[in-house]
Amino acid sequence: MKNKLNLSIIIIFLSFCFVIFYKGLNNSNIYTPKINDKKNIPIFKAKIFSSNNYIDSEKIFAENSYYIVNIWASWCVPCRKEHSSLMELSKSKSVKLIGLNYRDNLKNAKKFINELGNPYSQILIDNDGILGVEFGAYGVPETFLIDKNKKIIKKFVGPINKEIVREIKKIIK
Amino acid sequence: MKILKIFLVIILSMGFSQLKSYEKNDELKNKILKNIRCLICQGQSVYDSESDFALSIKFIVDKKINEGTSEIKIYEFLREKYGDWIIYDPKLNKNTFVLWILPLLLFLLGGAIMLKKLVFKN
Repeated sequence: MKNKLNLSIIIIFLSFCFVIFYKGLNNSNIYTPKINDKKNIPIFKAKIFSSNNYIDSEKIFAENSYYIVNIWASWCVPCRKEHSSLMELSKSKSVKLIGLNYRDNLKNAKKFINELGNPYSQILIDNDGILGVEFGAYGVPETFLIDKNKKIIKKFVGPINKEIVREIKKIIK
Repeated sequence: MKILKIFLVIILSMGFSQLKSYEKNDELKNKILKNIRCLICQGQSVYDSESDFALSIKFIVDKKINEGTSEIKIYEFLREKYGDWIIYDPKLNKNTFVLWILPLLLFLLGGAIMLKKLVFKN
């Protein structure tokens, strides 16, 4: 009787371990912060890409429209890949694209924009990565969709593709 | 000459006190950075990493310490941006409850088994 009990305890324990490891192996090991509730956009002051002036976040997001904040850099290869999708999104009138040039060389960044086109209505410089942290980003490229109430409603980690463009277009319709 | 000596002592003591405060800030900064997980590295703290993410976090922590932000407020700020996962030392809440209670339960269970065996032996 005692042996049977011990055996069943061992079997239950091993099955428990198996389920945990099996689930763990299926999980992605890339951590993505969850957006459970709609977060307000951070309040900040940033340097404008095209001039040496600074601008407040309130002025950047002043219009009653959807905004997309895209974090990019000229040294980031996936950013080059997603650029055509951003160009497509920029054609839409119901959304404004804000670019955040992350830890980049200004000369290279300007070359990148001249070469691939400028989908952004405003580009901000984030040399120290502070603005990226304020948005809760941890790499490039990353894209945030902001609604008319100035809340971050979606976050896309990695390059955006046609499927994501479709999803965004559906939301901003 | 005397005035010059006094002046020199004051200047030196001011320099030392500033040096001491820098040292204190550095200690606090290192303590915080060692307790923050680098989210894009494999098993590294922000302190150990030189990734762009880690460099940004190092910069922002340094800035916040110089602004006089407390350690707890810095953790709160990072937790708000990235969730509990970014801190190595998780807070006790409904999500981390099992994490905190399970070792204690296992310890008690082990202790009870050992005690039972000892009592039976005697």
